[in-house]
Amino acid sequence: MNIRYFAWVRERVGVEEETIELPASVATVADLITHLKTLDDNHAAAFEEEDAIRVALDQMHVETDAVLGNAREVAFFPPMTGG
Amino acid sequence: MAVTPLVRVQAEDFDLQAESLRLTEGRKDVGALVTFTGLCRDEAGTLAALELEHYPGMAEAELTRIAGEAAARWPLTGLTVIHRFGKIAPGHNIVLVIAASSHRRAAFEAADFLMDYLKTRAPFWKKEHPAEGGSGAWVEAKTEDDTDAARWT
Repeated sequence: MNIRYFAWVRERVGVEEETIELPASVATVADLITHLKTLDDNHAAAFEEEDAIRVALDQMHVETDAVLGNAREVAFFPPMTGG
Repeated sequence: MAVTPLVRVQAEDFDLQAESLRLTEGRKDVGALVTFTGLCRDEAGTLAALELEHYPGMAEAELTRIAGEAAARWPLTGLTVIHRFGKIAPGHNIVLVIAASSHRRAAFEAADFLMDYLKTRAPFWKKEHPAEGGSGAWVEAKTEDDTDAARWT
């Protein structure tokens, strides 16, 4: 699955984008976050404040209980500050 | 039928006059044109520039969804949303919303709604570059923005 990061989430993870093979145990966005946190210290730091992270599945806003299903791209980012 | 909004996400500046004209030129049914321009301010001299990061693809898609919602909700004759990205210095434009309608209320409300939803849902993030130099800090989202957006639900 293709994963993209923006703003301070991107800075903490250290990459803009990565492709990750999902373990069978990962079904929802919340499962994916739990898995990503185990990858290394950077991921753990990026997802430390889980409540501060927003998620998009295939470029649509979703909550963390969303099922990944056949989505091709998931993005993690802080609350938006445009305008 | 609801109008199809014009949505653009771009690095370059926009021209308020030209964009306003686009919604009024050659028409006789437009009675109200509300424009909102968001600019970069210097925060009392402490800010050198804002850096706007965006999610290419989703930024356009989400702005189109929000603008479509406004067009479905109010009887508009035209609607334009332009959001810039990249480094923007104080005094320069960040965002433009133009709502055109036969009557003022729809135009005012659609523009207001659009800005409230854009701020909480469009994937853009601002980083502040301080005037004194050094690395910048990400702007934190304000709870007032969520309260403002909730006015429309």
